[in-house]
Amino acid sequence: MTVAASSSRIVVRPMWGTMIRVEMRDAVPDDAIEPLWQWFQRVDDLFSTWRDDSEISRLARGDLELTATSTEVRVVLDLCARLKSTSRGAFDTAFAAAAADPDAPGRCAIDPTGVVKGWAVDRGGELLGALGVSDVAINAGGDILVRGSTPWRVGIQHPWQRDKTAQIVALTNGAIATSGNYERGDHVVDARTGRPAVGLTAVSVIAANLALADGYATVALALGGEGMGWLATRPDVVAIGITDDRRVVKTAGFDDHVVKP
Amino acid sequence: MRRAIPAVFVTLGGLVLLASFHTAAGGKPRSITAPTRSSTPAAGTGPAPSGTTVPTTSGAAIGSRQIDGPVVPTQFGDVQVRVIMRNGKIADVQALQMPFDRQHSLELSQAAAPILHDEVLQAQSAQIDLLSGATYTTSAYQQSLQAALDQSR
Repeated sequence: MTVAASSSRIVVRPMWGTMIRVEMRDAVPDDAIEPLWQWFQRVDDLFSTWRDDSEISRLARGDLELTATSTEVRVVLDLCARLKSTSRGAFDTAFAAAAADPDAPGRCAIDPTGVVKGWAVDRGGELLGALGVSDVAINAGGDILVRGSTPWRVGIQHPWQRDKTAQIVALTNGAIATSGNYERGDHVVDARTGRPAVGLTAVSVIAANLALADGYATVALALGGEGMGWLATRPDVVAIGITDDRRVVKTAGFDDHVVKP
Repeated sequence: MRRAIPAVFVTLGGLVLLASFHTAAGGKPRSITAPTRSSTPAAGTGPAPSGTTVPTTSGAAIGSRQIDGPVVPTQFGDVQVRVIMRNGKIADVQALQMPFDRQHSLELSQAAAPILHDEVLQAQSAQIDLLSGATYTTSAYQQSLQAALDQSR
């Protein structure tokens, strides 16, 4: 699907069970970004917990030794380990898998999906830069990486009014990830308690890269009522949270990004 | 509370907890040397100890008791700890006063107390390029605000 906008091109494709939308302000043909789609497909081949033949599923079953996995798999698992450490255990790839019915589709004994998407989009942004596509926004199912010279206006979804935004921020080079339990139900579980996270309905994190933003947004939602306080202690990110009782909580510095409608 | 103990000591930072317990049985006086600032010369010149001894219901010579340290001002607020002793050993350390009352807030203190703004949720419908939200499924995308925005361009 291609949408011709006045000064940019938009390509949307299904990927990873969601839709990835790439908007380019650069004057390049659609097929210039074909390597990006190939990279995203490779990420699916390696990390899909919905596919028995992915490396992550084979690793989880014991059919594949860690030392025999691709470099990308080990890099992501290392990212997960660091996130587990900084989140005091609230983010846990092993737990995310064990908490669910092991026979359910989309589950295996290692579930790094809270990190993979952001990390993969970051690498995709670097790939596009090498291809000369440097004024671009990648929106992977609501998690966004932007590169460019002029700001992109990013709306944050209003959780209860689906045709409205709760806030608008301007980003020129950076990332914003949103975790929320309003789109697919209570799918984030606090690994410390084994129960669905409560307290925060949605949290959006702005960071220099999407791996950080995505991982931290996931952790904050899992921490629930403690999530925003935890984010406030993390360097290099700012965040906005919408609580279950419909309040907005922001960390210091978030308002620097806010655009008045 | 036990998990907060390392954070307590980190928060105290430049303070040194000099706890000296005389724990031998037989009714000897028991005292705790108060936490003192590290810049202060060693024991004896710090704030006066304000320890109290609380006998347990058992009444035994060797039992449980709790000793409250003095209130120590820090840059984030007052800190006071209580040491619980059982059979002559430290069984627990509790925070009686903290700048904040929750564990994560201790870490907020370490991060120089960042500000969390709290405001009322608003609904906006201004022009945007992109929409950030919780991950939608492939099929749900068609009903998303992002898709609607793209179709209107």
